[in-house]
Amino acid sequence: MDWLNAGVQGVLLGGQYSLLACGLSLIFGVMRIVNLAHGVLAVLAAYLSLVLVQQGLPLWLAVVVVVPVFAVLGYAVQRGLFNPALAQVRGSDSARQGSRGAGELAPLLVSFGVAVALTSLLQEVFSADTRKIPTGDLASAGVPLGPLSVGLLPLITLVVAAAVIAAVQVFLARTATGRAMRAVADDAGAAAMYGVDPRHTYAVATALAFATLALAGVFVGMSTQFSPGYGDLVLLFAFEAVIIGGLGSLWGTLLGGIVLGLAQTIGAQIDPQSGVLAGHLVFLAVLVVRPGGLLPRSVPA
Amino acid sequence: MSAPNTTADAAVPAAPPATPTVTRGGRGSVVGGGVLVLVVVLLAAVVPYVVTLGALSSLVMLFALVILGTTWNLLAGYGGMVSVGQQAYVGVGGYALIQLADAVGAPPWAAVLAAGLVGAVLALPTSYLVFRLAGGYFAIGTWVVAEVFRLVTMQIGGLGGGSGLSLSAFRGTDRVDRVAFVYWFALALMVAVVLGTYLLMRSRVGLGLTAIRDDRVAASSLGVAVDRGRRIVYVAGSAGAALAGALIALSTLGVTPGSIYSVNWTAAMIFIVVVGGIGTIEGPLVGAVLYWALQQALAPLGTWYLVVLGGVAVAVVLLAPRGLWGLVAGRFQIFPTTYRVRI
Repeated sequence: MDWLNAGVQGVLLGGQYSLLACGLSLIFGVMRIVNLAHGVLAVLAAYLSLVLVQQGLPLWLAVVVVVPVFAVLGYAVQRGLFNPALAQVRGSDSARQGSRGAGELAPLLVSFGVAVALTSLLQEVFSADTRKIPTGDLASAGVPLGPLSVGLLPLITLVVAAAVIAAVQVFLARTATGRAMRAVADDAGAAAMYGVDPRHTYAVATALAFATLALAGVFVGMSTQFSPGYGDLVLLFAFEAVIIGGLGSLWGTLLGGIVLGLAQTIGAQIDPQSGVLAGHLVFLAVLVVRPGGLLPRSVPA
Repeated sequence: MSAPNTTADAAVPAAPPATPTVTRGGRGSVVGGGVLVLVVVLLAAVVPYVVTLGALSSLVMLFALVILGTTWNLLAGYGGMVSVGQQAYVGVGGYALIQLADAVGAPPWAAVLAAGLVGAVLALPTSYLVFRLAGGYFAIGTWVVAEVFRLVTMQIGGLGGGSGLSLSAFRGTDRVDRVAFVYWFALALMVAVVLGTYLLMRSRVGLGLTAIRDDRVAASSLGVAVDRGRRIVYVAGSAGAALAGALIALSTLGVTPGSIYSVNWTAAMIFIVVVGGIGTIEGPLVGAVLYWALQQALAPLGTWYLVVLGGVAVAVVLLAPRGLWGLVAGRFQIFPTTYRVRI
């Protein structure tokens, strides 16, 4: 029974991880940028909604405020920081003399700088104490499922994760903006010749990614004790979900999140100290056995 | 078809016999190198006798930072690999030092060198794992590995769990003797690591690495053993991080898993290399001095210095991607690794 419970909890935990991973996967898929500030940004979203809730706003309203704010932030970060960094990647393709500077490492280094600065800033403002967004009855509410009682909040998280991933998938497949994103992902130069502005399209993609990340951050804040440093773990979990699932596949990311969640809860069932370690080890095992992930995309992105 | 060509070639007046001169280095390198030698001599022979013991300990940290920056630059600047997980080897070096010095009873200098070796030995199998990831995913993958190292360290019995270990090999040693020994040893190690990196980059391996960094596919097609080159760099860079970790543990007389495996070590390395000038040997020296000075100056402000460092790193990447050394010195090299052809 304990094992069954651990399994169900793991699947539900996977919902949170795949929701977190969605934005990381999107930014990488469209721009080949690995955003090392992903985790701390999710934690920032959690802090913002915590502040709003403490000001007396109902939680749903806090989410309605924070998600668009993050979309705007994403657009601004892309135009102000990531696009100039990407310009350096292209600059490094042309011959340069002597030291070439950061070159193609530029976006990675910029996002790391943002992560370091933002983590410390959050520490100065909110201290390193752990916090949690108050959710009233929601956190303790359960749904009977056969012999088990399943937490309502994790269940909602999983459903939201699946819904967000489906929505992003439909958006990329069916809308004009989504098509533009796939076009700039394939060949930004060619897309520009057909009238797509890559810089704007990139920024819209980042805005979308930041919106999903903010939503994920709020769910993290409701279910977990978080602190500024928790962003590091969030980044690692999101990344592991992406790689376990398979690069470039959003449904793979959902599966990857669930596998990671299962690994952690079952690991914790074996030894309460080793849940996180078990997740890392499963990730490394996937890397050894199936480096393309569980659901690798057959057509390259 | 070939006949007209031949006549055309013959018609062209023979070019004046060019006598290209190939040089490496020059007066700048001699002067710059001379200044560096002078600085090292001052650090070795004068500084220890005029500053406080506290200042000496803080200089040991500077030497460790130079080693960290130089070896991270080897990875990112010459190998094109941004690792966010070098704290794995800083931690391994720290723990290995204490285990070797206390449990095995090795003399401290030997324990530090052996700790570097332990880092290299662990880096080799790890490279097969993380090399499956490219670019940015390599960065986070190495971070996961570092977390695994930290969590496993905390689980191994006899390593002190979450509270870490303290070094007892110096118990009974006079404080002045201890600090002086650690200072000179760290200085020597730093000089050896920087010179070793320079010689590596001048060698055939270094030439291949530069080619890999500039264009992996082209380098591979010209017969450069890409994977072997990257592996050499990863193992050497990790050994350097382990040496620095051992020095840090030797100087602070202990390790805790939270601080010795902290990602802030990698943040420091990235700052040092990016701000100093990536892909040059001089850059990390400049960056390390700047980082160390900022850390000393901003220490009373708590974590604000990390906010400043992160912001400065972002600004330098975007506005002055060749770093301070690139801005100030241009093509001037103290450590000449490239040839220049004059016709």
